[in-house]
Amino acid sequence: MKFFNLFRIAYRSLNRNKLRSFLTMLGIIIGVASVIAMLAIGEGSNQTIQKSIASLGTNSIYIFPGTNANGGVRGGAGSNQTLKLEDADAIAAHCDLVKYVTPLVQRKSQIIFGAKNWNTMIIGIRNDYMLIRSLSITKGSGFSEADQRSAAKVCLVGVTVIFNLFGDENYNPIGQIIRINSIPVKIVGVLAKMGQNTFGQDQDDIVLAPFYTVQKRMMISTDHIGSILASGKSELQVVDAVDQITSLLREKHKIAPSDDIDFTVRTQSELSNIFGSITKVMTILLASIAGISLLVGGIGIMNIMLVSVTERTREIGIRMAIGAKGKDVLFQFVIESILISVVGGIIGIVVGVLAAEMVATFGGWPVVITPLSIILSFGFSSAIGLFFGWYPARKAAALNPIDALRYE
Amino acid sequence: MAETENLITVKDLTKTYQTGSVEVFALKAISLTINKGEFVAIMGASGSGKSTFMNIVGCLDNPTNGEYLMEGKDVLTRDKDELAELRNSKLGFVFQSFNLLPRTSAQENVELPLLYNNKVEASVRKQKAIEALTSVGLADRLGAMPNELSGGQQQRVAIARALVNAPLIIMADEPTGNLDSKTSYEIMGIFQKLNDEGITVVMVTHEPDIAQFAKSNIVFKDGKIIANHAVKDRKIAMEELKKIANLTDENSTT
Ligand SMILES: Nc1ncnc2c1ncn2[C@@H]1O[C@H](COP(=O)(O)OP(=O)(O)OP(=O)(O)O)[C@@H](O)[C@H]1O
Ligand SMILES: [Mg+2]
Repeated sequence: MKFFNLFRIAYRSLNRNKLRSFLTMLGIIIGVASVIAMLAIGEGSNQTIQKSIASLGTNSIYIFPGTNANGGVRGGAGSNQTLKLEDADAIAAHCDLVKYVTPLVQRKSQIIFGAKNWNTMIIGIRNDYMLIRSLSITKGSGFSEADQRSAAKVCLVGVTVIFNLFGDENYNPIGQIIRINSIPVKIVGVLAKMGQNTFGQDQDDIVLAPFYTVQKRMMISTDHIGSILASGKSELQVVDAVDQITSLLREKHKIAPSDDIDFTVRTQSELSNIFGSITKVMTILLASIAGISLLVGGIGIMNIMLVSVTERTREIGIRMAIGAKGKDVLFQFVIESILISVVGGIIGIVVGVLAAEMVATFGGWPVVITPLSIILSFGFSSAIGLFFGWYPARKAAALNPIDALRYE
Repeated sequence: MAETENLITVKDLTKTYQTGSVEVFALKAISLTINKGEFVAIMGASGSGKSTFMNIVGCLDNPTNGEYLMEGKDVLTRDKDELAELRNSKLGFVFQSFNLLPRTSAQENVELPLLYNNKVEASVRKQKAIEALTSVGLADRLGAMPNELSGGQQQRVAIARALVNAPLIIMADEPTGNLDSKTSYEIMGIFQKLNDEGITVVMVTHEPDIAQFAKSNIVFKDGKIIANHAVKDRKIAMEELKKIANLTDENSTT
């Protein structure tokens, strides 16, 4: 049997049954596209989370007020106000494994320049903050020690804030006076652009000011601080540094050895593990949804293939009656299935990639398309298509032509 | 002489169907010889085993017992692929229910046996199909789908498909069973023409006047042959059709 003839026969047969071919293909398209899009979304968030956590610096140590068994990962556990400025000072003074320390206070505030206003996060920092987070300044300069001591009315701004107040990201705002909670504050520097973080939050939508400036001039309560950010001397000593901080604060807060501590210390890697497991859960969730759509697509393929068995068995009978061999018939069906699977698979890949890109563009969600998802979905749906094209054909081709012709 | 050459020889051909605990003896030791150039009409009551016999001779089914030689060579020892080749190149089967591929044009239906024939080049395929369709008078309906054709036209497509590989023998099981008498005569005209060209024709029919177009008649009863005789006063399709045409002419003039 000439291969090209079989190819022609298969093509004619598909063309003749356009609706059936299309519906079979649709099962594959849906299966492939959904798996690719779902896994791209899962993998995308996973990678950006890991990347942005890594960019925070591997030595970082976070100290939050209050305890939370699953990790006080939120930036300040609200009603728990157990950390004080003297805790940060004590860490700086007594923990020799800690390199940098800064207390942090922050609040959402309305800032005004001329007729424009913008709501953003104001964070009060010590200068160590810039070193722990490896922040750099593109225009102007950071805070001096005098600024820190005197609670000077100065600030550093991110590019998003510049854009919203001055209408242009590249505008040079150094020396301009903006009002934060009605307090006039001078812009002394511009922070280098950081882009979005893990959750699509704009990290450039930020205003930094000296610690005292925020604590004394902008906060209602001045007793407590939001959190403390520190860094270990080296990556290897981070765990020991955490122990040092924990025992120091336990002592300072006068907590008996049998009692629970009223603060939480987390290292960068712990945080990244927590986030990592969150994204893993999400990826598994998305993958199961995708798996279900693959299964539904597969069942659709089976359904259509099996429903057409009677018609196809007669067709096989006719073909055999005029001289088709069993293997001719089998090859024809396998070629048909391959054509459907390959064409449907390719369309599915295109649709899946487009869907993922759409999520990325319109939903602002990071996506990463992995080759594995393409291979997996393509392989699975074409295997189903192939099997359910081949299996009934094999059964029919084993019949006597007359039995195939009479099949009901 | 070619006329007396044995084309098909069956000996003690038996077919038994097992339906549940009941055995149906569809063929009871049939022995028969069909020569090259014959035109045989098989008659007999319903259920007498005519179709069973045709299907076995047409290599669509296996007998339970017996011998079957084609051109002196054993058929029953051949494997499935060899039988497929036999059906493709030496046998043309015409069914009562046409059995055309649906949603497939007349020309593509007729091309089908050529696609399964390695000896036919792609370049001559189309031409052969058109020739076959022309010889059954369908040159103007090449692209028509089966559901756009009348029963008679569909049967002609089926005949074109059966003869496109230039078979030795055409097997037709009630080819005119679904057709009116004028269309039936036209089909007989095609068979007589093919037979004149040397193709052996074996045909099952219930209609005695259709059997009159054959050269000999065989009568089946309860799985056995009870009569085998030459046809006296054989009808010629061309003349019969002319008579019908004259009749309708007279009717329309009176
Ligand atoms: N697949 C089958 N299974 C069981 N019995 C069968 C089968 N095919 C045919 N028979 C039986 O074999 C006998 C012969 O059937 P066959 O179809 O050969 O008759 P026939 O002469 O062609 O009749 P008709 O003129 O009605 O077409 C019948 O009794 C029929 O019931
Ligand atoms: Mg019959």
